[in-house]
Amino acid sequence: MAKLTREDVLKLAGLARIDLDDAEIEEFAIACGAILNYAETLQAIDIAGLLPTSQVTGLTNVMREDVVKNYGYAPADLLKNVPHVEDDQIKVKRMIG
Amino acid sequence: MSQWLPINELAEKVQAGELSACELVGQALETIAANTEFQAIIATLEVRARERASEIDARISKGKTVGRLAGVPFIAKDNFLVFGTETTAASNILKGFNAPYQATAIEKLEAEGAICVAKANLDAFAHGSSTENSDFMTTKNPHDPTRVPGGSSGGSAAAVVLDMAPFALGTDTGGSIRLPASFCGCVGYKPTYGLVSRSGVVAMSSSSDVIGPLTRSVVDAALVLDVISGRDELDSTTIERDNNPYNDLASTGLAGKKIGIVRQYVGEGLDDRVRPVIEAAIQRLRTAGADIKEVDLPSVTAALAAYYIIVPAEISSNLSRYDGQRFGYSFEQATNLYDSFAKTRARGFGREAKRRIIIGTYVLSSGYYDAYYKRAQTVRTKVIGEFDQAFAEVDFLLGPTAGITAFPIGELADDPLQMYFTDTMTVAANLAGLPAISIPAGLSDNMPVGLHLIAPQRADRALLELAKAAEGALA
Repeated sequence: MAKLTREDVLKLAGLARIDLDDAEIEEFAIACGAILNYAETLQAIDIAGLLPTSQVTGLTNVMREDVVKNYGYAPADLLKNVPHVEDDQIKVKRMIG
Repeated sequence: MSQWLPINELAEKVQAGELSACELVGQALETIAANTEFQAIIATLEVRARERASEIDARISKGKTVGRLAGVPFIAKDNFLVFGTETTAASNILKGFNAPYQATAIEKLEAEGAICVAKANLDAFAHGSSTENSDFMTTKNPHDPTRVPGGSSGGSAAAVVLDMAPFALGTDTGGSIRLPASFCGCVGYKPTYGLVSRSGVVAMSSSSDVIGPLTRSVVDAALVLDVISGRDELDSTTIERDNNPYNDLASTGLAGKKIGIVRQYVGEGLDDRVRPVIEAAIQRLRTAGADIKEVDLPSVTAALAAYYIIVPAEISSNLSRYDGQRFGYSFEQATNLYDSFAKTRARGFGREAKRRIIIGTYVLSSGYYDAYYKRAQTVRTKVIGEFDQAFAEVDFLLGPTAGITAFPIGELADDPLQMYFTDTMTVAANLAGLPAISIPAGLSDNMPVGLHLIAPQRADRALLELAKAAEGALA
């Protein structure tokens, strides 16, 4: 059965920002390969003239009034799960430089 | 024999002062405590529930108005945010997460006086068909504790069948309300996509996720749907609901109702022990006057393949928010931002979540996007077209909810693709956004079998009417 290479999986892990151990890399190399089976099934389907469906409601341009609405939450409520807060701001590791 | 009256009667008695909300909440909590071995419940909300019950009883004693579901206890799958309580989605990455707001569905139920008494177990992030992917524990099937309850709303289904509450809330992306309803023996309703707001529910696959009730009767499911449905400004994918109440169901019976048995659903994927139960059920519907014939949905196999490309793709997008920066588990020893993301996610996510994220990243990656994701979305269009054709011939579609009954715990654990097959009968309705329901059809080797009915988009009332009549014919 087709499977991805270790390098392929590590590249995907990088894109997804998720560290994987060796067992996981091996397992997912096979799992992604198995998806090729699903893809083959789909390759065999005649889709001539059809467009992709990305949503089933048919709704477009759902708008709201451009006004500020107060839902009654204090900043502290909304920040209570943040690991590192300073002055109502979310503190993260350095990103640049 | 259930300890709960039909939901509308329960609420009426509470409103009339004949039953107290406090009593009902107490009953629910006792039943939960008496059934811990089934591991259906992640946490009870005892303090909060008793407070709300007291408030409701106090309002009633002062002659003030209370809602249509006054005092009715319910259980919510733990991917529904309930304000001020821990909401985990059964994942370690959300352990300790305290909901800073709550799901619109919960808001609506509480506004009508219903009381959330507990959070039910699920496959972590709703990824699964057996509840074995919960990071915490596996829920056991109430009919046989060596077997799975189905998933991903396994805790919710088990809770209803164990009589813990009159109803539970679940979510359904590929069958996650209907399959556990089938395996555990209760009613599981999947509304038309967009009918119920997904605001405040942990997202899995945004184009397919829906919210719905698990109950012991169709009438109860219709009432819960009526309360939770409707446009929500917090969820721009919601559609207008019917003006008339969904629980105002005509009792026209089955006479003349045109139902199509999907040939592909009763073929070789249907276990030979389950087949006689389904055939007997179909015969009873015929005897009750239903006009039943076979129809074709040729793309059934393709629908499963499309589903398992589209859904992981959307999962990989929706789970990117779990990065340890704003909420949830965070790897404190990280020395740089990349490690903060990558090690948080490595340690916090379970195996199935990681599998789906990696698969999703793969199908969306440059060079593969067109061949995999875009093609799958186009096959989706084809599936929708086949439903349209079928609904030109009949008004409803029918099949078994699953080709099998509940399997033993651990049997499919090492075979993710086999596990994915359990969704064969249910996924097409999610891809097309159609309403569908599973109702109990009988037993096979003492395990419940579900009958699956599908209706056109927005035909929720008609489907509930049909299901109510079918339920009566199968009683």
